[in-house]
Amino acid sequence: MYAIIALVLKELLALLKDKRSRMVIIVPPILQLLIFGYAASFDLDRLPYAVLDRDGGAGARALLAEMAGSPHFDERYRLRDVAEVARLIDQQEVLMVVQIDPQFERRLQAGETAPVQLLIDGRNSNTAQIVRSYATQVIERFNSAWGARASSVPLAQLEPRSWYNPNLESRWFFIPGVVGILTLVVTMVTTALSVAREREQGTFDQLLVTPMQPLQILLGKALPGLLIGLIEGSLVVTLAVLWFEIPLLGSLGALYATIGVFLLAAVGVGLMISSLVSTLQQALLGAFLFMVPAVILSGFATPIANMPDWVQWLTYINPMRYYLICLRGVFLEATPLTALWPHLWPLMLFATVNLGLAGWLFRHKLY
Amino acid sequence: MQAVLRAAQLCKGFARGKSRVEALDEVTFEVRPGVVTGLIGPDGAGKTTLMRLAAGLLLPDTGSLEVMGLDVVSTPLEVQASIGYMPQRFGLYTDLSVQENLDLYADLQGVDPRARPARYARLMEMTGLAPFTGRLAGQLSGGMKQKLGLACTLVRPPRLLLLDEPTVGVDPVSRRELWAIVYQLVEQEQMSVLLSTAYLDEAQRCAEVVLLHQGRVVGQGSPDAFSRPLQGRTYQVGHPQLGRRRLQAELAAREGVLDAVLQDAQVRVVTQTPGAPPQRGEEQWQAVAPRFEDAFVERLAVPHPHPVQLPTQAPGEAREVIKVAGLERRFGAFRAVRDLSFSVHSGEVFGLLGANGAGKTTTFRMLCGLLPPSGGQLQVAGHDLRRAAARARREIGYMSQRFSLYGHLSVAQNLGFFARAYGLRGDYLRQRIAWAMREFELEPVATVDAVELPLGYQQRLAMAAALLHEPRILFLDEPTSGVDPLARREFWARINAQAEAGVTVLVTTHFMEEAEYCDRLAIMASGELLALGTPAQVRARCTGADGVVPSFEEAFIQLIEGHAA
Amino acid sequence: MINRRLRALLRKEFLQVWRDPSSIAIAFVLPVFLLLLFGFGVSMDARHVPLGVVVERPSSVSESLVAAFRHSDYFAPRPFLSRQAGEAALQANQVNGLLILPQTLDEQLSTGQGAGVQLLLNGVDSNSARLLQGYVRGVFEGWLARQQAARGRAGATVEAQPRIWFNPELRSRNYLVPGLMVINMTLVGALLTALVMAREWERGTLEALMVTPVTLREILIGKTLPYFTLGMGGMLLSAGLSILLFEVPLRGSLWALILFSALFMLTALGMGLLISVVAKNQFVAGMAAIVSTFLPAFLLSGFLFDIDSMPWVVQLVTHIVAARYFVTILQTLFLAGDVWGVILPNAAALSLLATLFFGLARRQLHKRLE
Repeated sequence: MYAIIALVLKELLALLKDKRSRMVIIVPPILQLLIFGYAASFDLDRLPYAVLDRDGGAGARALLAEMAGSPHFDERYRLRDVAEVARLIDQQEVLMVVQIDPQFERRLQAGETAPVQLLIDGRNSNTAQIVRSYATQVIERFNSAWGARASSVPLAQLEPRSWYNPNLESRWFFIPGVVGILTLVVTMVTTALSVAREREQGTFDQLLVTPMQPLQILLGKALPGLLIGLIEGSLVVTLAVLWFEIPLLGSLGALYATIGVFLLAAVGVGLMISSLVSTLQQALLGAFLFMVPAVILSGFATPIANMPDWVQWLTYINPMRYYLICLRGVFLEATPLTALWPHLWPLMLFATVNLGLAGWLFRHKLY
Repeated sequence: MQAVLRAAQLCKGFARGKSRVEALDEVTFEVRPGVVTGLIGPDGAGKTTLMRLAAGLLLPDTGSLEVMGLDVVSTPLEVQASIGYMPQRFGLYTDLSVQENLDLYADLQGVDPRARPARYARLMEMTGLAPFTGRLAGQLSGGMKQKLGLACTLVRPPRLLLLDEPTVGVDPVSRRELWAIVYQLVEQEQMSVLLSTAYLDEAQRCAEVVLLHQGRVVGQGSPDAFSRPLQGRTYQVGHPQLGRRRLQAELAAREGVLDAVLQDAQVRVVTQTPGAPPQRGEEQWQAVAPRFEDAFVERLAVPHPHPVQLPTQAPGEAREVIKVAGLERRFGAFRAVRDLSFSVHSGEVFGLLGANGAGKTTTFRMLCGLLPPSGGQLQVAGHDLRRAAARARREIGYMSQRFSLYGHLSVAQNLGFFARAYGLRGDYLRQRIAWAMREFELEPVATVDAVELPLGYQQRLAMAAALLHEPRILFLDEPTSGVDPLARREFWARINAQAEAGVTVLVTTHFMEEAEYCDRLAIMASGELLALGTPAQVRARCTGADGVVPSFEEAFIQLIEGHAA
Repeated sequence: MINRRLRALLRKEFLQVWRDPSSIAIAFVLPVFLLLLFGFGVSMDARHVPLGVVVERPSSVSESLVAAFRHSDYFAPRPFLSRQAGEAALQANQVNGLLILPQTLDEQLSTGQGAGVQLLLNGVDSNSARLLQGYVRGVFEGWLARQQAARGRAGATVEAQPRIWFNPELRSRNYLVPGLMVINMTLVGALLTALVMAREWERGTLEALMVTPVTLREILIGKTLPYFTLGMGGMLLSAGLSILLFEVPLRGSLWALILFSALFMLTALGMGLLISVVAKNQFVAGMAAIVSTFLPAFLLSGFLFDIDSMPWVVQLVTHIVAARYFVTILQTLFLAGDVWGVILPNAAALSLLATLFFGLARRQLHKRLE
């Protein structure tokens, strides 16, 4: 026990004493949270669009005014000729062209359905879908306003309401994910590289000839990663809440239980990589090869439900999957600890298996 | 004749952390053409910096440097075109074959393809690499790599050859072969050679020596010119009863004695003044010729304020502490160690020697419990290492080749960590750390990070860390490589003291003169035991028909070459 | 241009690549692995989204609405008997949305009072929620139009007729896969060169090279050309996979694809070289390569997230991310065709960056050791 504490202290001292490694641990995560927190968002605004109004009636003008008033859109061009449309979209000058046919006013007055064509650049299909839904919303707002004036109430109306994220701000969705990725990276780097570094410096042999048991060494290597992960996690969570104003509705207890269990799993993976490799470069490559799929298949940016079945099965062995579900639950849904259990036990299992394997490898592959 | 290299008031400093270290301080010297000039000095003296300056790879801060009459600072490319430079770790491409490495450097140096066959043939003949041209450079032994590096440097015959510590980490056999090549170059191709080395015995092989210490030139001249003033101050001392280690310790502490080292079965002494030696009791003093190392010690030694005390009472009866029987280690199909048997007694200093790749490191790691044996018996301090590893390790102190310390921890933090890792605690822990600080004179550097320490201090700290828990067995893996000869003397004095106190010491080394410090030693070649016994026995085994007892190094080379044949 | 020294360096580099399969693995295995992983793993196209439906009072009208959802490929409606049960399922993430058809639906429709149909969404994954909302609305409006027509109450409304160019079915793979190729090439280019130069520093081979008459230009070319060849091999492999396996249409010309890929490969290699020249050790170089390539190319290239919607400071940062320009070029080349007005300015930016990286690498590399 005494020896483990000495090892942990040494490990922390080695990590934090050197100014450069202190910087590497603290600065990039904060910087990354700030940059990626701003960058990772599907909320679009000031979308450039052009208008081809071949009708020019009062109805068309009212519709276009409604669109110009939306914060999501930014009108760039008024076109006169259909021939111009293709060029603008091809050259990415605008994302959408709103085209109103000559019969628009007449149909509207006659009480018929008046079509408006939305020509959207589909090169980025996700953006295209978002543009489409924004534009549809504007048209619907126009419809209800127009309907109210004509005192003809539509037969039925859809009343959408979003739980947990009423304005569907994508930052609320992404930032807990970024918190997850950053804790993963820091923990992996501190644990996966620590043994390899000692091996390259020759100090690992020195450790092995002390009377410490392999298990004690393992613990001494695991605890610093856990500790730094916790501190780092607290830091980015604080930043997420205070700077990005992401609501943290759940209890701190549930949050830390989630982070703690995940860190154990991540430390397990890190130590496993550590015990398998013999050079820093291999450790780096190993950490990288784990991290990339873990992030991609975690549901960080794209929903797991959209993946093909066999890939979905793969995600069940990805600790990040459970971690992100729990984090988002705690942040946005105020999920209590008891309700997290279905996602926590796989993480715990994962941590146990990984740490056990790492321990076994430590004892059998020390040479 | 004009000097091939001329340095005047050369200064060069490097930033290290917050401070600045002067690697070279007002260095002025000349290299004569057509001879081997040795650049001699301990580690950190500035040898490599000087070599890189001469090769145009670094810029001097102040002062001037001319090579072949050309200014290195303003015309580095012209200088590089007329010299050959072999860095300490020569850049061989390990995944290219011997021939491909040669071709690459021939192309880069612009050697005429028509001239190549003859040149290659000559180089291969000189280095003895002809049978291996198809082999990948990475699969050559350390000595052969060094020879290939030299061959690559020589594809275009240079007028001045700069060799930066070509013999470091190379076993005595390969060392001798490298020197033979250098002599051939000087004699047959009229090359001028500047060669740096930390081995003092190699100074004797140079026509001229430049002695460098802490960035300054301490002296220049022929090796004899260095040692001549010491005429009449050097002796061999023997004693019929006293053990040679005890005798050496006693002489070293004696008034009027400047230096005392073990040599063969006796002690070599340098006195402070010429004339009658301060002889005592049954000692037999015999005058011998001075050598370069004596001059080195005479010039650089500072009187030691804190002589190492030997314990007054003899330890208890000697017991068998390490027992090895039929030890074997395989890596795949390759048998790195086979059928190795020996035993070591308490209070004994036991040496493990061998050429590069002989299997001594593998053996050493198995003894420390860092590598499980594939077969055979291995007992350390009465424990089977495979079963009671942790308990056996409590009895072991281990000091690795590279003085493995935590670089970013201070001296005090390193000691504190290792003490706790060995399970020391409370008063005992404080006592032992205080002892280590005092005994190894580490107090002045207690708060300095290990990485910032000079090599000599690092070695002391590593040894202190290995001794904190008062182990009964001490494992030392090349404990003195790269360390200043003066620090080496101090180090051996401490080892002697430990051994006299009953600690068993197992040591590997490339310095053959250090073999003399061992009570017994084992010489290994290709994984097998070649010779086992006291240094005297080993030398006696190699005594030729003429009855002349060879030096230990000669005996070693004879044994290894005999095995290879 | 290619003299004997350069030829020797090139031969050496090729031999090394040949004998150390790790670079071949980085160039060929890594891109295929990543492309398959991303190509299958990353998709925005939802199918059979579980949508809870609560019908408070079943009738032919409510049945027609539920049927409309059942017929859509996008939804897998799941009936719930009560609102509570439905909300519990939504809370437990068993359904992504909950549609509530009120008791009064039938009555209000026939009296023309205007009925309200509630849609509850789980907003945690805001993007999925927004897409879901859009799809529900689409189905709902269609149903509503039919209802109104049946009751002879075609009110005056404006109907949006969206037409998505280049990718009418909105297959997200069509835009994700070209983006993935960019990320792949960024990684491969940086990893290949970042490590090779640092390796020469660490093994001491560079010190021996420096005293030979070889010029710095030759060293840089000798390092770039072999890995460029390798990288392009990997690139063509990925392009082949994208077109054949993932069925992304290539509407632009093949020669343009190869030409601009080559330009980008040079930029990526230049960045790797710069990192390795500055870092001088494999660990720092590897670390820097990962930090400065993967995450920025993933998040700041416009591959997933729209650059124009980022705050201006972040937008400014994206300008030094080479991947940004190549993402635009590739998406245009694959989906739109040879639109020079888009391609040329981005290609110019790439050339500028490549020149910058190589220029800096050349300046940082000296024939001296300091």
